[in-house]
Amino acid sequence: MKKLSIFNSQLSTFIKKEFFHVFRDRRTLLIMFGLPVVQIILFGFALTNEVKNIEIIILDNAKDINSQQITNKIKTSSYFQVQASVLNFKDIEKTFKKGNIKCALIFPAHFGEDLLHIGKSQVQIITDGSDPNIAKTVVNYLTAIIMDYQQQIAPSPALSYRIIPETRMLYNEEGNGSLNFIPGVMALVLMIVCTTLTSVAVVKEKELGTMEVLLVSPFKPVFVLIAKAVPYLLLSMINVILILLLAVYLLDVQIQGSVFLLFFESILFIITCLSLGLMISNITNSQQTAMLLSMMGMMLPTLIFTGFLFPLENMPLPFQIISHIVPARWYFIIVKAVMLKGLGFQYVWKETLILTGMTLLLLGVALKNFKIRLQ
Amino acid sequence: MKVLGFLLQKEFRQIRRDTTILRIMFMLPIIQLVIFPLAIDFDVKSINISIVDQDHSTYSQKLISKIASSGYFKVVSAETSFKKSLTYIEKGQADLIMEIPAGFERNLVREGVQKIGISVDAINGTKAGIGGQYLNSIITDFNVNIDMNLRGAVAPEQSGAIDITYTNWFNPRAEYKYNVVPAILVLLLTMIGGFVTALNIVKEKEVGTIEQINVTPIKKWEFILGKLIPFWVIGMIVFTLGLTISWLVYGIVPRGSFLTLYSFAAVYLVALLGFGLLISTYSDNQVQAMFVAFFFIMIFILMSGFFTSTDGMPGWAKVISNMTPVAHFVKTDRMIILKGSGFNDVKMEFFYLVGFAAILNGWAIRNYKKTN
Repeated sequence: MKKLSIFNSQLSTFIKKEFFHVFRDRRTLLIMFGLPVVQIILFGFALTNEVKNIEIIILDNAKDINSQQITNKIKTSSYFQVQASVLNFKDIEKTFKKGNIKCALIFPAHFGEDLLHIGKSQVQIITDGSDPNIAKTVVNYLTAIIMDYQQQIAPSPALSYRIIPETRMLYNEEGNGSLNFIPGVMALVLMIVCTTLTSVAVVKEKELGTMEVLLVSPFKPVFVLIAKAVPYLLLSMINVILILLLAVYLLDVQIQGSVFLLFFESILFIITCLSLGLMISNITNSQQTAMLLSMMGMMLPTLIFTGFLFPLENMPLPFQIISHIVPARWYFIIVKAVMLKGLGFQYVWKETLILTGMTLLLLGVALKNFKIRLQ
Repeated sequence: MKVLGFLLQKEFRQIRRDTTILRIMFMLPIIQLVIFPLAIDFDVKSINISIVDQDHSTYSQKLISKIASSGYFKVVSAETSFKKSLTYIEKGQADLIMEIPAGFERNLVREGVQKIGISVDAINGTKAGIGGQYLNSIITDFNVNIDMNLRGAVAPEQSGAIDITYTNWFNPRAEYKYNVVPAILVLLLTMIGGFVTALNIVKEKEVGTIEQINVTPIKKWEFILGKLIPFWVIGMIVFTLGLTISWLVYGIVPRGSFLTLYSFAAVYLVALLGFGLLISTYSDNQVQAMFVAFFFIMIFILMSGFFTSTDGMPGWAKVISNMTPVAHFVKTDRMIILKGSGFNDVKMEFFYLVGFAAILNGWAIRNYKKTN
């Protein structure tokens, strides 16, 4: 018992020392808190998959009432911004090559006349296919507007039997476009900050040669690692609180589920990242390699395989399998479930278990490598 | 000029010696170019639907099988209550629920109108929106069919019908790789220019060698150029490598002129290198430099229209986006490669980039003086 308390007091002295280290470097500290805050705000407001303000040119060869009515309908819709029209078909390609125009709508000559006399007419849509997402949305929107107009001028004979779909938006009544991005950015930011800072902390001692001193001291090597990680754990917890406050009060994302559960899961995820950082620092010998590994090595997989930017189910199978070993993926699922859907622990126990398993594994590898270095 | 030659020799030698960084600089492009285009596909292919059929009638069955055979939807479960269906949404196994109430067929035949409930998981906005649209159009189509069946009528000839045809220019099959590959070429230059240079000067500071250089009669601009040129050369090699890979693997060959494309890449790289140097001059140690570089590169990547379009952003965000050199190069790179835009089409953007290059490098040189 007594021995244990000696260790404990040693450990706490050591943790204190590490805290001093962290607090001395004010700028790094500022960065550690400043970055996540600014990024959450920026991305929370700016990132969206909504398509608005699409620049369109209308080539109206008919210039009759019908074509102008449709043009007006497009002008008043919030999706489109009608640009000064081009004179002829040849100019369309030039305009596309020049700028931001995403699509062109072409009315043939006699558009309205045909509609009136033959009962049929046509329009042509040309989209800039270099952005397929926008191209598809543009076609959908324009089709809807034109169909709507068609109904207006020539209502189709009323159907006697109709099924009317009533659509309800679950979890997101207002259609807040950034909702999906917030858990994603949280995962990304925590991942990078926690992993990189810890990975550098140990390597730095190696680089400076102070590690040798630590290892010959009568201090359990495990405690060196723990002492390195504890300050970052506490700081990251403050970071999570900050991020959640921002999400609720600034970005208007309500936490539907238990705040306590969300916080607990975030701590678990932070510990996973810290363990990953410790492991990286054990297998590298210079700060540069450690940073490149933890930053470039983590940034891309987190961006791609977490599922907040690109749908995972569309990826080829090998990538889907890879995504399972990315910790951020599981945290992202948990945050979505708890924060946005308001679900309880019984829905996320599996993801929690996976994160716990990953943490134990990473810590195990980190500790084992650390011991080998001692001998 | 002679001094610069020696400096360059030294820098190149240093870069060659550090094989880890060198490997990262050349491996990263290849890995990114192979993985990203395969992984990024926004196409909404299969929407998972959970169905609650409380009617079990001929018509409800018909509607369900019409949805299942449409090719857009995958029926993941058929439940007896909304509550049970909801668990599929909660677990993320379903994207939407369709509820057919009891008495569906009876009401439809007797009263001619019947509502059905559709609930979509709106956290993932894109999928929800598109799923809802598909489902609506299937139901509309179904309506016409019941009408014909029940009334024995033929599909009425519509008067005033507008026929809509559409073509996608520059990418007829609307494949995502055409959108993604040019963006990755920019990403490569960004990472080399931003990350690697940011670390470079700071490392000399940390190790203390910068003091030695500062006491030699080397001029500031020589020092900065000595740092810039090697990475510029590497950047251009990587860019060429990237273009070769996009041609070999994806068959994407720039439609515009190589001269225009390379002029843009060259100037862009100078701008980004200046940016990396600037971060370097402001940081005390590598960790700071790396974090600041990370901070900005994340903003570049996420806000410059790499993956999400800038059109939907609020106005102030577009302003920020426009203040990054990246946004301009992503835009023009896509235009030159995919649309074949000529220099005249994009010359304004070129001057923007030249401006960025001048400002960032000028600032870096100025700020480097201070530390001396």
